[in-house]
Amino acid sequence: MVSDDGADGTGGADGYTAREMMVSAAAREIEDGDVAFVGMRLPLIAFQVAVSTHAPNAMSVFESGVVRDDPADGFLHTMCDLPNLDRAVSTTGMLDVMGRLARGDIDVGFLGGAEIDRYGNLNTTRVHAGEREIRLPGSGGACDIACMSDRTVILMAHEPRRFVERVEYVTSPGHGDGGDWREEQSVPGGGPSALVTSKATFGFDGGELYLRTVHPGEDADAVAADFPWDLRTREDVTGDPMGETPEPTDEVLSLVREFDPDGFWTGE
Amino acid sequence: MPADKTTSMAEAISRIEPGSTVAAGLALEHAIPFAAGHELARQGTDDLTLVGPISDVLFDQLVGAGLVSHVRAAWTGNVSAGSGYNFRRAVEAGDLSVENHSNFSVALSLHAAALGVPYLPTRSLLGSDIAEEPQFRIAEDPFEGERVVQVPAIAPDWAFVHVQRAAPTGDAHLWGNTGVTYEAVRAAEHVLVTAEEVVDLEVIKSDPSRTRITREQVDAVVEAPFGAHPSPVAGRYNRDNEYFLKYADATRDADGFDAWADEWVYGVDGREEYREKVERDLSVQEPTAAAEVTYGQ
Repeated sequence: MVSDDGADGTGGADGYTAREMMVSAAAREIEDGDVAFVGMRLPLIAFQVAVSTHAPNAMSVFESGVVRDDPADGFLHTMCDLPNLDRAVSTTGMLDVMGRLARGDIDVGFLGGAEIDRYGNLNTTRVHAGEREIRLPGSGGACDIACMSDRTVILMAHEPRRFVERVEYVTSPGHGDGGDWREEQSVPGGGPSALVTSKATFGFDGGELYLRTVHPGEDADAVAADFPWDLRTREDVTGDPMGETPEPTDEVLSLVREFDPDGFWTGE
Repeated sequence: MPADKTTSMAEAISRIEPGSTVAAGLALEHAIPFAAGHELARQGTDDLTLVGPISDVLFDQLVGAGLVSHVRAAWTGNVSAGSGYNFRRAVEAGDLSVENHSNFSVALSLHAAALGVPYLPTRSLLGSDIAEEPQFRIAEDPFEGERVVQVPAIAPDWAFVHVQRAAPTGDAHLWGNTGVTYEAVRAAEHVLVTAEEVVDLEVIKSDPSRTRITREQVDAVVEAPFGAHPSPVAGRYNRDNEYFLKYADATRDADGFDAWADEWVYGVDGREEYREKVERDLSVQEPTAAAEVTYGQ
């Protein structure tokens, strides 16, 4: 299956899959009281986990118009599946929810991508495999979320081909070419604050990606070697030693398995 | 008496001329007008321009059927299974031109047309390569001097909308998330309403707050139960997830799509026969009812 969140579902340590680890790490990026623009796949489950654990006052909005304050009572293949509409707080339209985004009312938005570059710019429009140009599905709401959320969290499979010095097509702007680029370009919203892959989590400093924590069992040098530039680490940026991403708790794992009982999104 | 606009799907679709711009899939993955789309394929209405935010696989099917010259959309593929292979093949072969949008820019384009203005400004798209595409202009806001993207109006010839229930007059109830449905209805020159159920006008008038499409906007009403399958319709049936996975597997090459379409589009004469082919029970098992709404005088 080709999925734009990119999780390949492999590489998990004992007891949980790589995608379950990603959901756990992504859920921690949602703070209590946040309004989250959730989108699809792993972020959708991450919201359901967050609101069931540390963020009971978080809200989710979906570009189709759904506004929810709790997990759906049933598995979701898409945001428009009936369990997501049933017992929602509101089912409205796109101009309404995108208008909230445009006014700056969305705290955190979630994104995936086929390619990411040094400054968190994302491409989901077209890539090259050798000489062949491959057409991807496009932006959907990703460009809007990337432009206008207060902060964004990116989820991607950890595959070296996805990490490029400069994306071929900027579907969703990150920090442009670093520094104050967003401000100079009048791009509203704060841009990417974190990247979660199947091997590590990353932050942004001066708009540039750096390695923040590695998942249990992963090696920081090996992770850094997957990037085509000299990737900075938490130690370089903050002086703190490289940390390890906390493992998903039993509570989080049981919630993920409740929300995705067949492992459609989070299985191996 | 207001005009009765009910007709058959075949007759309604025969009104759409080749070369038309058709907006469809307007509530995102919900209530996609697949039945209307498949009748376009059976009638061979080609040279179409498709407009929509995310159509799930409907746009991919119309591209595969050879009906589409141009797509103005934010996302075209198979939502739960990844790629739309017909779309990918057609673009890569140079047979299909694509105007890349975001969801919000599609919404703004339709809203601009609905308001009768030539464009609307937004601060979305800034810094993306989408904003650099020729359909958009980057301009300076004349008031504050910041950069904005001007999103041009799109007025489709036709909007296809699938609803839970409509009166013969065209006045329609719909519920669940609505995406850009209302903007498209107001932007379009003509509107085709396909409905799970055609009901008496009195049913519609019993709950006017749920009426979001009214008769003067509507050209034709077609009763089409199961007309959005494999997408879901709130209160009626669930999304057929297995269909989307099987479709992805079956359409990885062009011959595979042709065989799929021979069975599911060209091999059935309408929605009733189609429905008999779908063996899965997708009906809503536990309908939840809204609290009663009262109006008064």
